[in-house]
Amino acid sequence: MGKIIFIEHDQTEHVAEFEAGSSVMQIAVDNAIPGIDGDCGGECACGTCHVIITNEWFSKTGTPGNEEEQMLSMTPERASTSRLGCQVVTTDEMDGMTVHLPEFQM
Amino acid sequence: MPTLSRMFDDFPSRMINATSRVVPMHRQIQGLKLLMSAKRTIFGSSRPMPEFAEKPIPDVNTLALEDIDVSNPFLYRQGQWRAYFKRLRDEAPVHYQKNSPFGPFWSVTRFEDIMFVDKSHDLFSAEPQIILGDPPEGLSVEMFIAMDPPKHDVQRSSVQGVVAPKNLKEMEGLIRSRTGEVLDSLPLDKPFNWVPVVSKELTGRMLASLLDFPYEERHKLVEWSDRMAGSASATGGEYADEEVMFNDAADMAWSFSRLWRDKEARHAAGEEPGFDLISLLQSNEDTKDLINRPMEFIGNLTLLIVGGNDTTRNSMSGGLVAMNEFPEEFKKLKAKPELIPNMVSEIIRWQTPLAYMRRVAKQDVELGGQTIKKGDRVVMWYASGNRDERKFENPDQFIIDRKDARNHMSFGYGVHRCMGNRLAELQLRILWEEILKRFDNIEVVEEPKRVQSNFVRGYSEVMVKLTPKGKEAG
Repeated sequence: MGKIIFIEHDQTEHVAEFEAGSSVMQIAVDNAIPGIDGDCGGECACGTCHVIITNEWFSKTGTPGNEEEQMLSMTPERASTSRLGCQVVTTDEMDGMTVHLPEFQM
Repeated sequence: MPTLSRMFDDFPSRMINATSRVVPMHRQIQGLKLLMSAKRTIFGSSRPMPEFAEKPIPDVNTLALEDIDVSNPFLYRQGQWRAYFKRLRDEAPVHYQKNSPFGPFWSVTRFEDIMFVDKSHDLFSAEPQIILGDPPEGLSVEMFIAMDPPKHDVQRSSVQGVVAPKNLKEMEGLIRSRTGEVLDSLPLDKPFNWVPVVSKELTGRMLASLLDFPYEERHKLVEWSDRMAGSASATGGEYADEEVMFNDAADMAWSFSRLWRDKEARHAAGEEPGFDLISLLQSNEDTKDLINRPMEFIGNLTLLIVGGNDTTRNSMSGGLVAMNEFPEEFKKLKAKPELIPNMVSEIIRWQTPLAYMRRVAKQDVELGGQTIKKGDRVVMWYASGNRDERKFENPDQFIIDRKDARNHMSFGYGVHRCMGNRLAELQLRILWEEILKRFDNIEVVEEPKRVQSNFVRGYSEVMVKLTPKGKEAG
């Protein structure tokens, strides 16, 4: 059990509890965090769960794979610590992680 | 002889691209038309333009699996498509039809398999076409929906700004006032055809704005698009005259080049570039010389007008048809207007305005116990995936508060996912918000007329009768 802090583009903060093993997208959707759509249901195929991880947490989330890289490259709000939420599987180490949401999903 | 004939096949694009600096584009296309007709006279046509005559389609359960042909352009019109695709999903989810009028092709009909093919652009190429059949010979325009990475990525990113959410925020007010204007002008005392008056009109106005196209000539955009997507050889549509298509391509080339040169001149004279498509192309390093590559230039403009035309139009009409088939849902909507965004996704799922996208296998691929051979055509039937009972509960029901409506496949998945999805959703959301402000009921008073195509799932006529707000009987 841990907590993830989602910060919307207008700075509204949401705290969501999670069990290690679920994806950041799933946690957001389960907690009805506005600004994450997850249209493809976690297949890395739509780009609508784009999150921007804060610098200090980015290394804990692993590296994006080729498919993810391809989808991320299509979003105009791409940042250096962008990830697709469905591809970030949470671990206990991510307790307290802060992620920012883009202004729009693709 | 065959070699010489084949030489002609690549020739048109190369010739046009090579001579574009000295010969106006529309003249080149007129020249191309003469060249292709000379080729047909000398070598005979390698691709005769098929013409489709409507015949009653047999009950799918009377057919052997191998005889099922879902490329029939009347399947949707005759209401047979549900039974045909259900049988394929259940008995042959990866199905080979070796003898269709469009040549042999594979059909992939389950949600999960379609997702796999759509995501695997390394195994399945979108080139050279995303429709089942071929365009008229010599008219192979190049568009990024039918390009693989990395070329696709470069071209898509240069134009996606025009429909990016940031731009949409600016457009919302304009869309709302136009929608209101059109709805306020509708006749209240007699039935009328919703398709030309509302669906076509609203999408035509939107296209003209995105392109900054002369507003009073916006009907041209709609007509070009209808004929491009409705070619008999490509989609089994009603347009079988190649001459008309070449003339359209020449007209488009002329209009769009004029638009391009005019923008260039205004920009050179110090005018701020607008946020329309051509200004965006001109201000991007990779596409600022696109006019010198005419087949790509026309291709990408065609893509944008076709992409924004049939799709949104038929979702605008399809929503009404759905509400009339499922009247309880309209009551639900009036009681809970906050359901509109989810309802928009459900309309797009239920209607699936484009039935499929096509791919070509780049290598042998095992899928669903079948071996798809390198070079085979593979059709991903989104219309079937959206009705797959393995994915959606009661898939044929229209349920405006369906939980997983957003998971629909109508926008495609992977790198070719629809670029205009947010604009489409915005247009539909505003349309329904404005409808609810004005009308208590919109009754479909005759059986809608559906178009002939294996690609576009649309309506040519939806006769409706409006009941203004506060005037409902009882």
